[in-house]
Amino acid sequence: MSAPILSLRNLRVDFPAVHGWRALLTPRDKRHVRAIDDVSIDIMPGETLAIVGESGSGKTTLARAVNGLVPLVAGEVWFDGMALHDRPDWHSVRQRVAMMFQDPVGSLSPRKTVRDLVLEPFAIHGSKPARPEDKAVALLAAAGLGSDFLNRYPHQLSGGQARRVGVARALALTPALVLADEPTAGLDVSVQGEILNLLNRIKADHGLTTLIITHNLNILRHIADRIAVMYLGRIVEIGPVERLLSAPTHPYTRALMAANPEPDPTARRERLVLKGETPALTARPAGCEFHPRCPVARPDCATRVPVLAPSPNGGAVSCHYPLTEDIDQS
Amino acid sequence: MTAFRHTLTGRLLADPLAVVAMLIIAGMVMVALLADVISPHDYSAMNLVDRFSPPSATYWLGTDNLGRDTFSRLAQGSRIALYVALTAVTISGAIGLVLGMIAGFGPRWLDNSLLFIFDTARAYPTIILALALAALLPRGLSTVVIVVVITSFSEYGRVVRTQTLSLKNAEFILAERAMGASFGRIVFHHILPNVLGPFFILAAMNLPVVITIEAGMSFLGIGVPPGTPSWGATLKDGFDYIRTTPWIILAGGLPLILVTLGFTFLGEALRDQLDPKLRKGR
Repeated sequence: MSAPILSLRNLRVDFPAVHGWRALLTPRDKRHVRAIDDVSIDIMPGETLAIVGESGSGKTTLARAVNGLVPLVAGEVWFDGMALHDRPDWHSVRQRVAMMFQDPVGSLSPRKTVRDLVLEPFAIHGSKPARPEDKAVALLAAAGLGSDFLNRYPHQLSGGQARRVGVARALALTPALVLADEPTAGLDVSVQGEILNLLNRIKADHGLTTLIITHNLNILRHIADRIAVMYLGRIVEIGPVERLLSAPTHPYTRALMAANPEPDPTARRERLVLKGETPALTARPAGCEFHPRCPVARPDCATRVPVLAPSPNGGAVSCHYPLTEDIDQS
Repeated sequence: MTAFRHTLTGRLLADPLAVVAMLIIAGMVMVALLADVISPHDYSAMNLVDRFSPPSATYWLGTDNLGRDTFSRLAQGSRIALYVALTAVTISGAIGLVLGMIAGFGPRWLDNSLLFIFDTARAYPTIILALALAALLPRGLSTVVIVVVITSFSEYGRVVRTQTLSLKNAEFILAERAMGASFGRIVFHHILPNVLGPFFILAAMNLPVVITIEAGMSFLGIGVPPGTPSWGATLKDGFDYIRTTPWIILAGGLPLILVTLGFTFLGEALRDQLDPKLRKGR
């Protein structure tokens, strides 16, 4: 087995919960909320890992922490032999790690033409292509846009077109790793499909490693090799896509799958309904952090903290009493 | 849709209000440049025989109490108005732009201290400050410019600060950082172009205000030295004889009204074109 291209080790990210002088009056442990807690993931070259979870589970923060947009409190990030937790040269790291943001239009500088936008990575990294015009056309073509888009401004693009510009720009410097934050957010279903096909084609062409953040469960089978499920900033289950979707072992994963609308009205599946709301990051439950909402919780779940351990479906799960049966689909 | 509408100038030319504004402003600039050529008389030459002449073929807008040709004085005055307006707006705009961006990017304490300075500077009524400074500084155009700069740089500062603050956390700025863009690149390539729109609108709206302040100060006798053909001075000369020879003050007010309208129309047209939210659907 080859070495992972991206390796996260016990990553921790805190956000200040209290600002200014009031922080001095607050107990030390209440000054911060822990957005990411003890996350460890390995991604192999060419692999696509999808991170799923509810809003506020720390998915976006995780991607931003990898790229240095959010400071780490503890833990290590290794990218292709470089220690990203130890003040790396971000300028050169970011040449090889591209990122796509949630808002397709909002992540494009509004007063730049599409031409400027796709050529900007070259300007930033001082590697102007020999024939910029041809390069811009080629990049757009790879993302499925014609050269007539070169002189458009972001506000003249639809969401899908803007997303394609974002893809073209992310691929401009042929990165080794792409962090895609909700690549299908805000797009209608047919455009989502086109973007996913585009990403898959590019992945196949370039052997790209991708980390995809999403809460859209329907796209997982089409795009991901492995899935990591996050809850309150921790990974509760991780595993290969087929096994994890057909036989989730963590009750939270199962509930997430059950909450996803099923297009076939005759299909019946086990419903696992969660109690209550996601707890606030400031008031993490003791023991297993999922136990107050867990439909199958037992008394000791409230006291013992589970750790990620090999699960029956070939992945790893952080649960004392993982579920074993497959999802019923008749 | 025709191609010329894609550029700012093209879109402005398609807006009748903007065309009127630009014609007025161009007219004023031409008059200021050619003041010596188009003036039928020497603006300071007194002709005591023709005092208080009504408008005629010789004196297009009449003469004042010393028999000086009002039209020539107004033409000459447009130079003063333009000079004061452009100098004061450029200086206060530059100060406001720099301070506003520092406030927007800087740490909380710096932002707060700059806001305090902005608010303090704004709290002074222009005319009171003008009177106070006029007592301290020598009489002249530079005093007028200083008064305007002190009272108006905070407006630019506030607009630029607000704009910078909202842009600094925008997703496209995050995207630029994620691509490895340097701080300088983010500021000059991505923040500045988006700040300049509202900034220029404010500047265009402020130009006539500055001209009015100069006229007001000259009217009060604390602006230009006596004898200078400022529009405000002409108004003051006419004011004393408003009952007997109203054409002096009427002629003095005319260019002021025209120029104020011209720059205000331009400012509004610019706002219509530069503000993407207002432009939608056109």
